[in-house]
Amino acid sequence: MKVKIKSNAFLIAVSAVILGLLAGGLLMMSIGSNPFEGFYYLFRGGLMNMERIGNTISTAITLMLVGLSVAFAFKTGLFNIGAAGQMLVGGLCATLVAHYVFIPRPFYLVVIIFCAFLGGALWGVIPGILKAKFNVHEVVATIMMNWIAYWSIYYFVPAYLKGPSLETESKSIAIGQTLRSPWLTGIFGGGYINLGIFVAIAAVFVIKYVLDKTTLGFELKAVGSNRFCAEYAGIKVNRNVVISMMIAGGLAGLAGMAYYTGYSRNIQIGVMPSMGFDGIAVALLGASNPIGVLFSALFFGMLQSGKGFMNAMTEVPPEIADTIIATIIYFTATSVLFSRFWDSVGRRKRDKAQQKSDQDESKEEVSHE
Amino acid sequence: MSHVIEMLNIRKEFPGIVANDNITLQVEKSEIHAILGENGAGKSTLMSILFGLYHADRGTIKVRGQEVHIASPNDATDLGIGMVHQHFQLVQTFTVTENIILGKEGGFVLDRKSAARKIKALSEQYGLRVNPDSVIEDITVGMQQRVEILKMLYRDAEILIFDEPTAVLTPQEIEELMQIMRNMVKEGKSVILITHKLDEIKAVADRCTIIRRGKMVGVVDVASTSQAKMASMMVGRPVNFKVVKEDMEAGKPVLEVKDLHVLNIKKTPAVKNFSLQVRAGEIVGIAGVDGNGQSELVEAITGLRPIVSGSIYINGADISQASIRERNESGVGHIPEDRQKRGLVMAASLSSNMVIKEYYREPFSKHGILHQDTIDKHAQEICDAFDVRSGEGIFSHAGKLSGGNQQKAIVGREMALEPDLIIAVQPTRGLDVGAIEYIHKRLVEHRDKGKAVLLVSFELDEIFNLSDRIAVMNSGELVDVVETKRTNEEEVGLMMAGVRNKEAAL
Repeated sequence: MKVKIKSNAFLIAVSAVILGLLAGGLLMMSIGSNPFEGFYYLFRGGLMNMERIGNTISTAITLMLVGLSVAFAFKTGLFNIGAAGQMLVGGLCATLVAHYVFIPRPFYLVVIIFCAFLGGALWGVIPGILKAKFNVHEVVATIMMNWIAYWSIYYFVPAYLKGPSLETESKSIAIGQTLRSPWLTGIFGGGYINLGIFVAIAAVFVIKYVLDKTTLGFELKAVGSNRFCAEYAGIKVNRNVVISMMIAGGLAGLAGMAYYTGYSRNIQIGVMPSMGFDGIAVALLGASNPIGVLFSALFFGMLQSGKGFMNAMTEVPPEIADTIIATIIYFTATSVLFSRFWDSVGRRKRDKAQQKSDQDESKEEVSHE
Repeated sequence: MSHVIEMLNIRKEFPGIVANDNITLQVEKSEIHAILGENGAGKSTLMSILFGLYHADRGTIKVRGQEVHIASPNDATDLGIGMVHQHFQLVQTFTVTENIILGKEGGFVLDRKSAARKIKALSEQYGLRVNPDSVIEDITVGMQQRVEILKMLYRDAEILIFDEPTAVLTPQEIEELMQIMRNMVKEGKSVILITHKLDEIKAVADRCTIIRRGKMVGVVDVASTSQAKMASMMVGRPVNFKVVKEDMEAGKPVLEVKDLHVLNIKKTPAVKNFSLQVRAGEIVGIAGVDGNGQSELVEAITGLRPIVSGSIYINGADISQASIRERNESGVGHIPEDRQKRGLVMAASLSSNMVIKEYYREPFSKHGILHQDTIDKHAQEICDAFDVRSGEGIFSHAGKLSGGNQQKAIVGREMALEPDLIIAVQPTRGLDVGAIEYIHKRLVEHRDKGKAVLLVSFELDEIFNLSDRIAVMNSGELVDVVETKRTNEEEVGLMMAGVRNKEAAL
């Protein structure tokens, strides 16, 4: 099933980003700061050296996987707002593996990825089944699942992962059991960079392949675009809803793994991971396209990791970066305006070309005479 | 100035298609001017330009001799141009009066009473018989259309555009609408009627501008031009209204329905004790007024709706509990009633839509991996064989196609499956004569190949034209099955009202 995204999705995203940055600049001016200085430090904070770039990428890893989760569900017409809960459960599973499974590194990585995916998938599949069997709206069900995950952490972390001193977080994972790799850390000169980057990039391409080239992707998109036609064609709509939520949950579970066993080394009690919701923004800006998600996650990752530096070096509060993200989302959501604008630009160009060729033709006619 | 509307040399282009190419339309005062053209010929685009919904790339518009620039529907309203859209724009829970004054409320305090008085007066003047105090959701579709008409009259429209106004009406309501149009012209208004139905033009219009594939073919005086002549101008070739069909001996039963009971969406019985056979090499038409269980019957046969009791056999095998896909594979093709809801994924390419029932099989995929080249080739073959026209070929979104081309694509897809039984529900609804002729021919061809066709239609003409036998349905029951040759429209009409054959003979 080829559901074409608008060919100008890229232009829309770029326009939204530019306008978002512009709006951020105006905000900086309005609080009396120099926007050029603000942006300078914002971007510098994200990109000034290898370590900073590494941190930008490692923030992007989580966003990319969550964004992919939301985008994937969206292709099947489902709104997965439960990525946060799926992250928590996937992250919990990964953390448990990190503390209790000691096997050679290659096998260990396979096990941890598998368990994180499974945990997230379990958290995603439940709303999927509720939707398929009882027509419970997935937004309601996934929000509920978020809170179930949130409170489960209160139980599981003290019970199985109790740290020596702090009551509010799990004990730290031994450095050799995290996703950090001396090799990557060496390249980037420290920071949070970890093997999750390969998981995320692989996931982008696997999901792209599944959506574009497989019968499963064909079915999922058919159900997402017109469930009545899918049903008529003999596609099992409910089964696809369940599968879609399962895969979406699994992707968010991987995001949890990357975050809790790569970026950080423990799970905090009583914290709902905000990236679970930022993923919606990533998917929106990326037009629910896996490659789009890859780039929009990198961009948001840069803003996230640069905002602290901006705050340290200037008077601009870090919330400005969040405001920019919000504004970009706003402009993406109103993308109809941009697509009209770019359409009319395209038409004007064609008209000009047409006029030119008309003139050329008439010239030729004259010369023939 | 005799021309109330002049659209001169209008050109409008969409990506990949020229919708209007140098079209000129001149409407005189107090005339009913029809615009005739196939689906997708550019009629609606032209009217949308006049109403300010689109902007012409080239050309000029004059209203009462003055050149004007119509940037929005508000400009059009100010110029006295009103439009009744195919899809009504009414608030279901508001009254007639509230809907009509919406956007023209006047001051801060609503003066419903004087508005209602004005509406009542207008309604009487034009013979609309609308009660200003009725709530929209309680009144019939025909009445809702009249509310749309009143909306325009309330805004003092002088030129009224009707976009395919009869598509949603019963024959009786159509007759009344024609009378309303005549009344309007009598009162000095001008009417532009967009349609592809020749008999309506013949009945009511004075002159007719004919458009074919975005170009103007000509303007004719309706009284002195035959329907056949107009049809051939519209389609670009002579049109057969009558389907040519050889006699044929029917073979073994392909579809057998026995004692079928089905519930409708409100869980009340919709199909009761229904039995029917459709044999190889015959077309069985199901005649009946809309809502007498036809949709539920078809949904039960195709597996979209569960049955209560009874059985359904295809080629002797019981499929009454089979999945939809199993039924598709056992040889049931289905041209659905609602092509936009069921028949196509509008946001997907034509190419994908053409394999939506076969994508999982070789050669279109293997081990879950799609073979896009094979799919595209298959889609191209269907589009070539069934004359499906679109801006970007098989890569066009299904939603970008005109209704006729969408339907041809669906018919092509179903025919390409070579099903033993094809169920065609309202296969030509909303289509123009060219497309109707084409689809009818294909259905007869399918029968001639020795396959079975079950046709459901609310139009008796179509039933009589195509069917070998006619099964009449009334409130979920089979009234009788008759041979087309041995019956007439009057008899079937009586049976549609529930009167049995034998009783009528007495």
